[in-house]
Amino acid sequence: MNEFVIEAGRVGRQYWRDLWRYRELFYFLAWRDFLVRYKQTVVGVAWSLIRPLLTMLILTLVFGQIGKLPNAGVPYPLLVFCGILPWQFFSTALSESGNSLVSNGNLVSKVYFPRLIVPASSVLASFVDFLISAVFLALLMIWYRFPPPPNVVFLPLFVAFAFAASFGAGLWVASLMVKYRDFRFIVPFIVQFGLYISPVGFVSAVFPERWRLVYSLNPMVGVVDGFRWCLLGGDHTLYWPGLFLSVAVALLLIVGGIAHFRATERVLADVI
Amino acid sequence: MSSPIITVENLSKRYVIGHKVASTDGLRHVLDGAIRNPVRWLTDKRRRAKEAREEFWALKDVSFAIEQGEVVGIIGRNGAGKSTLLKVLSRITEPTSGRIHGKGRIASLLEVGTGFHQELTGRENIFLNGAILGMTRAEIKSKFDEIVAFSEIERFIDTPVKRYSSGMYVRLAFAVAAHLEPEILVIDEVLAVGDAAFQRKCMGRMEEVARHGRTVLFVSHNMAAIGRLCSKGLVLQQGRLSHFGSTTSAIAFYHSTLQLNGNRLGEDAGHVLYSCEPSSVESQFAITRIELLDGQKRPAGAFHTMDPATFRIHYTAPRPVSRAAVSFSVSSVDGSRLLLLSTQPDGAMELNFSRGPGVVDLSFPEMPLAAGVFTIGAGLAIPNVEWLCWTPELCQLNVLPRDVYASGLAPSSSRCLLALTHNWELPIDSNTLKASRETTAR
Repeated sequence: MNEFVIEAGRVGRQYWRDLWRYRELFYFLAWRDFLVRYKQTVVGVAWSLIRPLLTMLILTLVFGQIGKLPNAGVPYPLLVFCGILPWQFFSTALSESGNSLVSNGNLVSKVYFPRLIVPASSVLASFVDFLISAVFLALLMIWYRFPPPPNVVFLPLFVAFAFAASFGAGLWVASLMVKYRDFRFIVPFIVQFGLYISPVGFVSAVFPERWRLVYSLNPMVGVVDGFRWCLLGGDHTLYWPGLFLSVAVALLLIVGGIAHFRATERVLADVI
Repeated sequence: MSSPIITVENLSKRYVIGHKVASTDGLRHVLDGAIRNPVRWLTDKRRRAKEAREEFWALKDVSFAIEQGEVVGIIGRNGAGKSTLLKVLSRITEPTSGRIHGKGRIASLLEVGTGFHQELTGRENIFLNGAILGMTRAEIKSKFDEIVAFSEIERFIDTPVKRYSSGMYVRLAFAVAAHLEPEILVIDEVLAVGDAAFQRKCMGRMEEVARHGRTVLFVSHNMAAIGRLCSKGLVLQQGRLSHFGSTTSAIAFYHSTLQLNGNRLGEDAGHVLYSCEPSSVESQFAITRIELLDGQKRPAGAFHTMDPATFRIHYTAPRPVSRAAVSFSVSSVDGSRLLLLSTQPDGAMELNFSRGPGVVDLSFPEMPLAAGVFTIGAGLAIPNVEWLCWTPELCQLNVLPRDVYASGLAPSSSRCLLALTHNWELPIDSNTLKASRETTAR
């Protein structure tokens, strides 16, 4: 029979073991989030296609047709969709996981489980949308007869990178939201704004060389560039210093996010 | 003897309360202060925290040990720290100091249906709720049929929970919880749900759990449930442990600490058993006051076994009701009802409520209660139709001992609850008995 000790400040030791023990809850919550999201909608899961599709059309129209930005030798819709795919994942994951602690407040104040599960499962639920969109991207590439370059084998790395960035940012927002509900208003703003400051509708090469490094402070710059490099190849080269910086920022987000989240978690039930 | 399954040592939990904290805590205030004057903000921060700090100890130095297989009832008034204790035990919140050491898996049920999602079907919710309560997928699968059968909602298992009646919802939720199999089960007031038949079923299930050697901690205001289920009782008062012992002793202790409601309002004396603020019952049916009078209908300060008594019951009605009734009950501290009387149908008193206050007297030539504490309940009703209001635990009645049998031993509720006029005698005269015994011997 396993023994347990409850003591002020002692919870940390069992935390990671508990996280493993409650792994099934993690899947269940993700499954619930996904199941619930499209309940009582007419077109259901199709929404996870309609949203990126419409975004693609608009961005292609604005940046490709009207703005006539360089397309790096790739059909513009394809170029845009490669950016939308990770961006949509990031934005849904950020909003969902950011809200997750507060919206699961009744759970948090009534049952014990490692709270990290809550935002993590929101990210996982958003990943299902990502996969559906990915299938659509594959169809789009077939339509344009555009075979992916060999670089595509590195795609899982960039997916992991996208995960880290979304989860890291989500953790920060989730734990801050507990105390400051202001983030409920800040997050939609970040998401809206981010679509235009991240290289979703255009390639990041349009930025002057000397600003690229600063631009890469936004971790999604590294993610989107990486996705294009893996899926489209061609003129897309990786800007290594920028990529390293993006990865570093994402890692910082996730490490700091976990630390801050753990600190909040200790007083969570008393504050929420 | 094995070592205890849970040992709690000097457990304390402090909450910091105060309005000032809240008002300086919004993001705007934090940013505002920090931007306007960063240096002052940093130095101020500590001072401000000190000023605003109003401490409240929800638990203070609580220590006890529980053996495996014990079912412990946790009793206390609202705000005594019962829920905090359960929250700390179930690791929802950290203690401020102190230590709990235990063995085995703890599952806590602080609410029925935690994490149920309105949009999901009954089937989906069983899996979700089971996982939340700490069951594995395989465990839920193997018990699924049992859970559904227990909940009695087979037909609606694939209907979204939001279409359930509240009774169905609660039955399903309890069914999942009832099939948890942890070594230690922590339960808060969940039995106060469902209809009477389902409540009996839940109680049965809890008894079964207890019989299987599981350790249960159970918070309830229902003394009957505590009395039936628990082997031990733990009384909390303002965050401190004030009594830990057998269930009967704990319940009696708890009742002795309860102040009569009438006294709390600063009423003159013991003869007002209950009284409430008139404003709190405005425009509803309510019992407003109960007075205890002696045989001559004078206020009775004290009451002994077999004393004549009159209970003067004041009530108020927001509208006139014809053929209504006033009811009165006496229960033991563990919740068993000894007596339930009403003007109709038990009595034959025609009573019509007019709008506003009213009063009736209920007299007993002798009140056969053994010394001890009893619970008085009262309510208003339309006989055989509905309760207009009903509180089974309205106030307490203290019965003082009197040697009514002239035996040198006053009947006390620690032995039995009632004292009746009675007579012991031999059925035939003793000579005949002697004779018959001799005959048998020969």
